[in-house]
Amino acid sequence: MTETLVPFAEATERYEPVIGLETHVELGTRTKMFCGCTTGFGAEPNSQVCPVCLGLPGSLPVINVKSIEYTIRIGLALNCQIASWCRFARKNYFYPDMPKDFQISQYDEPLCTDGYLDVEVDGETVRIGIERVHLEEDTGKSLHVGGATGRIHGAEYSLVDYNRAGIPLVEIVTKPVPGTGAGAPVVARAYVTELRDLLRSLGVSDVRMEEGSLRCDVNTSIAPRGATAWGTRTETKNVNSLRSVERAVYFEIERQAAVLDAGGRIVQETRHFHEDSGTTTSGRSKEEAQDYRYFPEPDLVPVAPDAEWVEQLRAALPEAPSARRARLRAEWDLSESDMTALSNAGALDLVAGTVTAGASPADARKWWLGELARRANEAAQELKDLPITPAQVARVAALVTAGTLNDKLARQVIDAVLAGEGGPDEVVKARNLAVVSDDAALTAAVDDAIAASPDVVARIRDGKLNAAGVLVGAVMKATRGQADAARVRELILERLS
Amino acid sequence: MSSELTRMTAAELSEALSKGDTTATEVTQAHLDQIAAVDGKVHAFLHVAADQALDQARQIDEERKKGTVRSPLAGVPIAVKDVFTTTGMPTTCGSRILEGWHPPYDATITTRLKRSGAIILGKTNMDEFAMGSSTENSAYGVTHNPWDLDKIPGGSSGGSAAAVAAYEAPLAIGTDTGGSIRQPAAVCGIVGTKPTYGGSSRYGVVAFASSLDTPGPFGRTVLDTALLHEVMSGHDPMDSTSIDAPVPPVVAAAREADVSGMRIGVVTDLSGEGYQPGVLARFAEAVELLESLGAKVTEVSCPHFRYALPAYYLIAPSECSSNLARFDAMRYGLRAGDDGTRDAEEVMALTREQGFGAEVKRRIILGTYALSSGYYDAYYGKAQQVRTLIIRDFDAAFGQVDVLVSPSTPTTAFRIGERADDPMAMYLADLCTIPSDLAGNAAISVPCGLADEDGLPVGLQVMAPAMADDRLYRVAAAAEAALTGRWGHPLLEDAKGL
Repeated sequence: MTETLVPFAEATERYEPVIGLETHVELGTRTKMFCGCTTGFGAEPNSQVCPVCLGLPGSLPVINVKSIEYTIRIGLALNCQIASWCRFARKNYFYPDMPKDFQISQYDEPLCTDGYLDVEVDGETVRIGIERVHLEEDTGKSLHVGGATGRIHGAEYSLVDYNRAGIPLVEIVTKPVPGTGAGAPVVARAYVTELRDLLRSLGVSDVRMEEGSLRCDVNTSIAPRGATAWGTRTETKNVNSLRSVERAVYFEIERQAAVLDAGGRIVQETRHFHEDSGTTTSGRSKEEAQDYRYFPEPDLVPVAPDAEWVEQLRAALPEAPSARRARLRAEWDLSESDMTALSNAGALDLVAGTVTAGASPADARKWWLGELARRANEAAQELKDLPITPAQVARVAALVTAGTLNDKLARQVIDAVLAGEGGPDEVVKARNLAVVSDDAALTAAVDDAIAASPDVVARIRDGKLNAAGVLVGAVMKATRGQADAARVRELILERLS
Repeated sequence: MSSELTRMTAAELSEALSKGDTTATEVTQAHLDQIAAVDGKVHAFLHVAADQALDQARQIDEERKKGTVRSPLAGVPIAVKDVFTTTGMPTTCGSRILEGWHPPYDATITTRLKRSGAIILGKTNMDEFAMGSSTENSAYGVTHNPWDLDKIPGGSSGGSAAAVAAYEAPLAIGTDTGGSIRQPAAVCGIVGTKPTYGGSSRYGVVAFASSLDTPGPFGRTVLDTALLHEVMSGHDPMDSTSIDAPVPPVVAAAREADVSGMRIGVVTDLSGEGYQPGVLARFAEAVELLESLGAKVTEVSCPHFRYALPAYYLIAPSECSSNLARFDAMRYGLRAGDDGTRDAEEVMALTREQGFGAEVKRRIILGTYALSSGYYDAYYGKAQQVRTLIIRDFDAAFGQVDVLVSPSTPTTAFRIGERADDPMAMYLADLCTIPSDLAGNAAISVPCGLADEDGLPVGLQVMAPAMADDRLYRVAAAAEAALTGRWGHPLLEDAKGL
C-alpha cells in the first residue's frame, strides 16, 4: 500500500507539529531489578533467569536499590523533582514475554517529575520539558518465527527469551513540544542525542540503541497553523536509531498532512516504524486500548528516598554533557561545527582523554578524526572500541612533536599498536622506527642520491630548488622512510651550494 | 506404640526423641501408618512423601546419635499445605492448572522447616488457590472433617487442619488470607494462628491476595502451635513485606499461660444475628473463664467491622485477578488446546477455562471488574478506605485493651455441599476472621468446647496488635489449660468421625 504524502516543506507550511518522546533506557545495574540474576547482553537464551524473574508461582520481588539510585540520578540530571514517597504499580496485560502477565511499573506516583533538558539545535537552545521519569521492569524478548511481519500474528511459532525480563528499565517521558515547526524532526533527534549523551555521562546505561538498551517511542500530531487545539497524536513504537527518530517524525508529518488534506481524521493509535523504508504503518488502535488495571504493587513496600541521600546524589552528579561541551570548545578553541563533528563521531571523550594525556587539542583531534576514524570505519567499529588508548595516541603525538617520528612513521606505529604489538614506545623500539636525523648516517645516502641523478643535480644548480624533492624522495626510499625529510633537504642543498 | 506416637503432642514427641525413648524414623512411620489407615476417609493429603520423609527421619536420627539436634522440632512430622513450594514434591494449590508442577525451589518456610529437622510428610488439600472456606473448591476432591465425615473441615487450609485433627500429623502449616487457618482450626477442634502480616515469609507461597496472605501454624495444643510458630517465622530478605524484627516470644508466653491483670475486650460487633446459639454459649463461657483467671474483661465496639466482608471481597479478588494472570499455559502447568490450530491467546484462554474452577473464575472476574478503569475508585479505592477505618477501629480498641476476643466462626462445621451453591453463605464463614487479615495484625483460634446443637467444636478467637503475637499464646494457653481441666481430657478425644 502506497501512502499518500504531502511534501514535508508544504506540510509544515500549513500545519504546526507537536512532538513528544517516550524513551526507555535499560539501566546498567549488575543485577536485575527484583532478583540477583546478571544482566549481560547476548548470553545464551534463558540462561540468566531464576524463579523471581521467571515469575514462578510463589516468587516475590525485592527492589535492587541501585536501580532506584540510578533513576534518581537521571531525574536529578534532568532537573526533576524527586518524590519523597512513591509506590510501584502493577500494569496488567497478557503477553507471553511477560512472565507474570503483569509488569511492575509506576503509574500515578513516579519517582521523578517535572524537569527539563536543554538541547542545542543549529546554535539555538530548545528547552524540552520532562513530564516524568519512572522505573519499571523490562519484559522478555519474543522471536516470532514464520509469517511475513515478524510479529506474533501470522507467526508459525514463537520463542521467548527471559534473560531481559526484569532488567531495570527507566521510562523518560517529555511534555508535548510545540512550536518547532519544520524543525520538529531535527529537534526530536537532537533531544534523543542529548539524552543519550547525558545518560552515558551518568554511567547508568550503555545506551546502545542497536542493542535495545535505549528505545524510543515518538509521538507526533499536527494541527492547521493558527488552530488553538492540538491535533490527535500517533505513537510510533520502537524507533531504534537517531536517524530513525528524525525520519519517523518527518514521515508522520507528511502522512498526517495528507490525511487531513483529504478531509480525514487522525486515529489515535500506535504505529510501527520500518527502518528500510522510513515509513510507519498502523498498529493497535488506542481507541480500543487495553485497560491495564493499574493498582499499587502489594508485594513491594513504598519507596521513600531519604532527602539527604538525594542531595548526596545531586552533589555527585558529573558535569552535564552540554556544559562540558561548551567548556571544552572554549578550552580547545574549536568552532561549533568542529565540536559537533567530534560529538557525532563519538570522539569527544577520546579527544578529551588524549588532551589530558598531554597532546595538543589540535593533534588529538587530527589523529582521532583522521587516521583513527578511517581505521574504525574500515573495521566497522566504534571509534572507542579501537584497541588503542587516548594515552597511546597522546604518546604518538608527542613522539611526532619531538621529531622522533614523522607522520608516516607515526601511522606505522599506530598500525602496530592496533595490531596488538604493544604501546608506541615498544613499537618504535621493536621496529627500530625512529627518524634518522643523524647527519653522518644520512650523508652517505645523500651522496648516493646525488651521484645517481646528475640531471636532477643540474636542474637544482640552475636554481630550480623544487627539484630537490626528487632527491629527498630517493633518500627517504633508501632509508625506508626513517630519515628526517627536512634535514635531508638541507643536506642536499648544502652539498650542491 | 505406633498409635501412641500419633496421639502425642509435638512437645511430647520432642521430649521422647531427646530422651531416646523413640526415634524420628519410628515417629515418622507411625504417622505414615496413620495416614494409610485414615486418609482414605479424611482425604487430608494430596501427596504423601513417604520415602523422602523416612529418609529425612533417618538422617535426623543419625545426627542425634552424633549429638546434633537442629531444633525442638527435629524429628517431629509436619504436614504442609499444597500452596508452599517444595522441591521434590508437586505443588498444585488444589488446582488443575498446576497439576504435575514440580517447583524448582523451596519456599522460605519450607527451607526453615527442613533446616529445623521437622519431617515433611506431604502436601495437604486446600480450596483451589486458597479461595474458599470448606476445601470443597479443591480440584482434587473434598476433605472430610474428622469430627463428622459428612461435614466440611473448613478452608482453605482444610487439609492441614484435618490432618492434625485426624492424628495424621502433630503439626501442619497453612495460610490465612481471610480466615483460612483460624476457621478450619475452629471447626476441626484444633489450634491455628494467623501471625502478624509480615511476621512469616510469603516467599514461595503461591499468592492469592498478596496484601493479606499470611502463613501460620496448626497444632493440637497451644504450646505445639507456638513451637512451630517460632520455627517458621522471622525476617526474610526475599520478601519485601517481611518485618525485620525478632519473633515475639510466643513459646515463653504459651508456657506462662497467665492472664492475670490482662485487659481483654469482647468485640460486641462480632455476635448476634447469624451466630449459632451453641457457638455464642461456648464463647460466653470462655470469656467468663478468662475473667475468673484474673483477666479484666470489657466490651469493645469496632463499628466498621461490619464492612470488613464486602471490603475483603473487593481487595482479595482484585489482587488475585492479577496474581493468577501468570497461569497462562506458557511456562508451566496445564496447557490446553495447543494442537496447532489455535494461537497463543486462544491457548491461554482455553487453558484458563479448563484449568480454573468456578470459585477462582468468579473471583478473577470480580477483581478484574473492581480494578477496571472507571470503577477502580468506587470499588478497590473505596475498599482500601474501609480497610483504613478497620485498622483505626483496632487501634482505638488496642488503646483500651491488650487483646480482643470473639468467636472464631459464626457457626460450627456445616454439611459438605450445604453452601456449595451459595457463595454468600460460604463467605459468611469468615465473618469473624477477616478484620484481622485486613488490619494485618495477629489472631489465634483455640478450641473452647462443643456446640450443644450438633456436638461440633467451637473456636475462641483472640486478636492482638501487630507483632504482639505472644499475647495470643498467653491467653489461648490459659484458656486451654482451664478448659481441658474442666473437660478432663483434650477436646479432640471427643471426635467420633473416625
